[in-house]
Amino acid sequence: MSAQISEAKLTWQGSTKLIDLNKVRLWGPWFVAEYRLRNMSKWMWALIAFGLGNPLLYLMSVGIGIGALVNKNLGPNGIDGVGYLTFLAPALLATAAIQAAMDETTFPTLQGFVWDRSFFSMIATQLRSRDIVGGIMIASAIRCIVNTVFYELVLLAFGAITLESIPVLSFSAIFAGIAFACVMLAVSSYVEEDDGFFALVGRFIIAPMFMFSGTFYPLTSLPIYLQWIGWISPVWHSTDIGRNLSYGHAVEPWLMFVHFAYLAAIMVAGLLVANRKFGMRLNK
Amino acid sequence: MIVAKGLTKKYEDFVAVDGITFSVKRGESFGLLGPNGAGKSTTMRMIASTSQRTSGDLTILGKDPNKFGPEIRAHLGVVPQQDSHDRELKTWENLYIYGRYFGLSRKFLKAKIVELLEFAQLTDKRDTKVSALSGGMQRRLTIARGMVNEPEILMLDEPTTGLDPQARHILWDRLFRLKEEGVTLVITTHYMDEAEQLCDRLIVMDKGKIMAEGAPAELIKKYSSKEVLEVRFGSKNNAEAGQKIAHLGDRIETLPDRILVYSEDGEKILKQIHKMGLEPQTSLVRRSSLEDVFLRLTGRTLVD
Ligand SMILES: Nc1ncnc2c1ncn2[C@@H]1O[C@H](COP(=O)(O)OP(=O)(O)O)[C@@H](O)[C@H]1O
Ligand SMILES: [Mg+2]
Repeated sequence: MSAQISEAKLTWQGSTKLIDLNKVRLWGPWFVAEYRLRNMSKWMWALIAFGLGNPLLYLMSVGIGIGALVNKNLGPNGIDGVGYLTFLAPALLATAAIQAAMDETTFPTLQGFVWDRSFFSMIATQLRSRDIVGGIMIASAIRCIVNTVFYELVLLAFGAITLESIPVLSFSAIFAGIAFACVMLAVSSYVEEDDGFFALVGRFIIAPMFMFSGTFYPLTSLPIYLQWIGWISPVWHSTDIGRNLSYGHAVEPWLMFVHFAYLAAIMVAGLLVANRKFGMRLNK
Repeated sequence: MIVAKGLTKKYEDFVAVDGITFSVKRGESFGLLGPNGAGKSTTMRMIASTSQRTSGDLTILGKDPNKFGPEIRAHLGVVPQQDSHDRELKTWENLYIYGRYFGLSRKFLKAKIVELLEFAQLTDKRDTKVSALSGGMQRRLTIARGMVNEPEILMLDEPTTGLDPQARHILWDRLFRLKEEGVTLVITTHYMDEAEQLCDRLIVMDKGKIMAEGAPAELIKKYSSKEVLEVRFGSKNNAEAGQKIAHLGDRIETLPDRILVYSEDGEKILKQIHKMGLEPQTSLVRRSSLEDVFLRLTGRTLVD
């Protein structure tokens, strides 16, 4: 049934070869990413509605409402000598980037291992487990980047950020988004069955990370016994970088280094752990 | 194509596959017959190079799967026991993404998908979401998917389990065609009729070990008689009646729900039973099957 449409001229052990292994080796992660993007496209309207609705909601309620209050009480340049929205923007961006990126590593991992076991069909092709890890991360990064750009356009329209600050704010948000997505990829790869684990993660990890990470006010104005949450939270590290680069919020050079090092470290650690666990589960 | 020597797989202390030796030739349709838990799927995963063996030798297409997993997998078609489609994607999209995993070009896949949908009788379901397909259709889609890379060996793990009889017959028909086209098939099943229909040669597995090996007809000839008489005296009386007629035929098996008498001529045995003044509630004479072979080898039935 196959002869007439076979395209390959390569041979393997004497017979013609359909598949070019060298090509697949190089592109493996992209084939997985292509699938992930196709899967995402089925939810495109939900993603767009969420991607745009989220910033609009925050800008209306927190930014404009609370911002007016802050600006009234502390003057228009109350925190850091800038308007409240400008102060808030890097934190909102970091949070949204993290949420978007981790949505694309947690759910796909659960889907692949538990819900529809699609990883087990991927590994039956010549893909390797690290291609799957790579592919998920590529797709997650793409979603994170698109989401961040959308968000920035909304912030720009509301005058919360300037056009010039977009590159640096994109960098700080997307860096944190991808780094934390790697951590969640590693965590998800350990989930054996769907037992509402992610609802707990949302409530007890993501929400506090957002609330206590210097999002709405400087971390230093939190009581000292809550500040540790900021220190382990990628939101704070990202926000501090973003504030420094976008409007010159003062950050000591050593602290700047810590911010970068921390995000890079969790990214690498997440990838290593995920890679190992994926390999173990897919080659039992 | 496949050579296994002393192939063993342990999960921690539990031995799932216990030193099995067999080989599969090009163009052959090879079966692994055995009850649930026999170690069929584990063996299949080791052949499919997605599970590392614990010990023993295994060569697929001349290569060691531990070292050349991706190279070997590029030339295999795998139909796992459980369907694993993306249920949100359409039928054609599932074939497409799977083909893409092999790095096949869009142009090639476009033509290939038409051909595979035709083969799986799913052409009119091309744009249907997989979640809306019946079990039999999803199974056919999995088989079609396994052929997207024009594999040298197609591995089918319980291709028809859970399907209704009609859906099974459609599948058998498709698999027959593949066999005729000379595709090397490796099939696991716990249905003896499936094994008889589809396999040129098979191994009977139980508890991780090979109990027997050969062509279905050969095995039946070797381990069973030509005909089997099945008689039922009601579940309370079977044991007692079994003792009374134990001397009849070549051999008898007393099961909780029926008694099987093995002989060359079932009707003759039935007459002898009537002559003894015993009246079975029902009686049936049939040809021996692989089920009888399995019963003979293990003392248990295949499907419980
Ligand atoms: N991943 C696993 N971890 C531990 N035990 C397993 C695993 N997979 C299979 N087993 C055990 O190995 C035995 C053989 O399983 P399997 O190969 O699936 O049998 P079959 O396909 O013949 O029904 C079973 O007892 C099963 O419980
Ligand atoms: Mg099985």
